[in-house]
Amino acid sequence: MENILQLLSNPIVSAVLMALAPLLFILPYALVTIYIEMKMAAHIQNRLAYMQTGWHGTLQPFADILKLLQKEDIIPTAASKFLFILAPYLVFVGTYSSFAVLPFSSAFIGSNIDLGIFFLIAVSSLVVVGLLMSGWASNNKWSLFGALRSAAQIVSYEIPSALAILGVVMVSGTMSTQEMTHFQDGGIGQWIIFGGNLPLWQKLSLIPFMIILFLIYLVSSMAEVNRTPFDIPEAESELVQGYNTEYSGMKFAIFYLAEYANLFLVSAVVVILFFGGWTSPFGTFLSGPVWGAFWFVTKGMLFVCLNIWLRWTLPRLRVDQLMYVSWKVLTPFALLCVLAIGLIVVM
Amino acid sequence: MAAVALYFSDIYRSLRSIVIGMGVTINQMFQPVVTLQYPIEKKAMPERVRNRLYMNFDDCIGCELCANACPVDCIDIEVMKAPATENLGVTSTGQKKRIYVTKFDIDIAKCCYCGLCVYPCPTECLKMTDVYEFSEFDRHNLIYNFSTMTPSEIETAKGKIKVFEEEQAAKKAAAAAQAAAAKAAAPVPPSSPDPSSQTPPPPANPDSGNAQPNT
Ligand code: SF4
Ligand code: SF4
Repeated sequence: MENILQLLSNPIVSAVLMALAPLLFILPYALVTIYIEMKMAAHIQNRLAYMQTGWHGTLQPFADILKLLQKEDIIPTAASKFLFILAPYLVFVGTYSSFAVLPFSSAFIGSNIDLGIFFLIAVSSLVVVGLLMSGWASNNKWSLFGALRSAAQIVSYEIPSALAILGVVMVSGTMSTQEMTHFQDGGIGQWIIFGGNLPLWQKLSLIPFMIILFLIYLVSSMAEVNRTPFDIPEAESELVQGYNTEYSGMKFAIFYLAEYANLFLVSAVVVILFFGGWTSPFGTFLSGPVWGAFWFVTKGMLFVCLNIWLRWTLPRLRVDQLMYVSWKVLTPFALLCVLAIGLIVVM
Repeated sequence: MAAVALYFSDIYRSLRSIVIGMGVTINQMFQPVVTLQYPIEKKAMPERVRNRLYMNFDDCIGCELCANACPVDCIDIEVMKAPATENLGVTSTGQKKRIYVTKFDIDIAKCCYCGLCVYPCPTECLKMTDVYEFSEFDRHNLIYNFSTMTPSEIETAKGKIKVFEEEQAAKKAAAAAQAAAAKAAAPVPPSSPDPSSQTPPPPANPDSGNAQPNT
C-alpha cells in the first residue's frame, strides 16, 4: 500500500496515469457510440441494425474491432511509407491531446491551464495536418482530393467556431475550461446559453446572441469533425472514402477512433461553452465530483446523439454550399454576435 | 435590396427545413420497423407460388408430356416399354402403369419455374411447391433424380423385356407357320376381289398388338 502510494505520488507516474485516463474513457465510449449510431441510423430508416451478435447486437462493436485487428495491414507500394504510417497517429494525437483540457469533473482535468480553450483550438487543428499527410502519402488522387477538401473545410470552419468561442470567453472572462465551468455553477439558469451569472438585464439581452453563437458553434463543429452533412472529404460516392481510402486494419481503426473521439470532443466543448460543463442542472442537488463526471458525460452524449440525429437527417452539402455557409452566413453572424456581446458585457 | 431579402429568407428557409427534417426523422425512429429477420422469421408465400418442383414418382406413367412441354429442356426422361404380362401397378388416379421410367432427372438449375410441365401431366404428379431454399455448393447437386429404379431393377426389367420379346417372336413365328399351313390346306375361295383384305388382322400386325390395352 505504502509502495503504491509512493509510486502514485511520483510526478512522472501520475502524469502518465493522468494521460492515460481519457483513453480509458474514449475506448468504451467509442464502442458505445458506434452501437448507438448504427441503431439510431437503422431506426430512423425503419430498420433493425445488428440483431444477431449478443442481445440486440450489443457485441457487434467488439466483433468489428476483432475483425479490424485481424485484417492485413496494407501499405500501397507507391505510398510514401513514413508519412503514410505517421498520419493516423498524428490525427489521433491531435484529437487526444485536446482531451487534456476537458474538465470531466471538478476534481479531474488533465491539465488546468489558463489558456485551456485556446490550447484546444490550436491543438485540434493538428488533425488537419494528419489528414493532409494521409491524403498525400496515399498517392491516390481520391485520397488527395479528400484531404484537400478536408483541409479547406476545417480551416474555413475554424473561423466561425473560434469567433463563437471568443463570444463565450468575453462573457465568462476566462479561457480556462475549468474556470469557465465554475462560472456557470449553480443550476440551469447560470449556464452561458442563458447568459451565465451576470446581472439580470445583461442575461436577458445576452440570450438571443448566445443561442445564435451556440448554433454557429454547433454547425462549425460538425464541419470540423467531417460528418454528414459536411462529409464531403469522406464522400463515399464521390471520393471512395477520401483520405482514408488506402488505409486498412489497425490504421483505419485509428482513424475511426479519432473521428469518434473528435465527435465527443466537440460535443464536450459545446457543453463546456454553453451548457455548464460538469455542473448539475439543479444547482447543488446531485452535484459533486462524481456527479460532475456523470453530468459531463451525459450532456456530452446528448450532443453526440444530436450530431448523429442530424447526420441521418440531412443530405450532404456541395463544396460551394459548404463554403457559402461558412464565409457568408456563419462568419458575419458570429462577428455581429461578438460585437453585440462585447457591447453588452462592457456596459 | 432583393438580394438581402433573399439572403435572410434563405437562412430562414434552411433552418426551417432542418427542423422539419429532424421532426420527420425522430418521428420515423419510433415507427415500427419493417425488417423481417429472414432466416428466423419467414413471410408466408402466396397460395399459387411457383418454386421448387415436387415430383411424385409413384404416379408417373412415363408419358413424357412434361419433358416435351418444358421450354428449357431440363427434364430428362428415359423409358422402357414394359411387357404386357408385367403388372407395374396403378397410379393414385387409377391409371395403369405400362412403362418403366428408368431415368427421371430434373435439372433445377436450368428450371425457370414457368410451371408449364405441371399442366400436361395426366396423373398430376408434378407440382410446384413453396420451397425456395435449396441452394447448393455443387451445381451437380441441383440435378434431382426422381426415378426410384435402381440399376439392378433396370437390369431385371431389361431381362424381362427380352424374354417377353423372344416369346412374342416365337408366338409370331408359330402363328405364321399355322396360317401358312391353314392356307395350304384350305381350298381357294371362289370369289376373292382383293386377297390382301383377307389376311387375318391380329397376327398381321403383331407390334401394335403389344401396345394395345390388354384389359
Ligand atoms: S417449371 Fe418450366 S422450366 Fe421448370 S421443369 Fe417445368 S416446364 Fe421446365
Ligand atoms: S407428364 Fe407426368 S406422367 Fe408423364 S412423364 Fe411427366 S411426370 Fe410422368
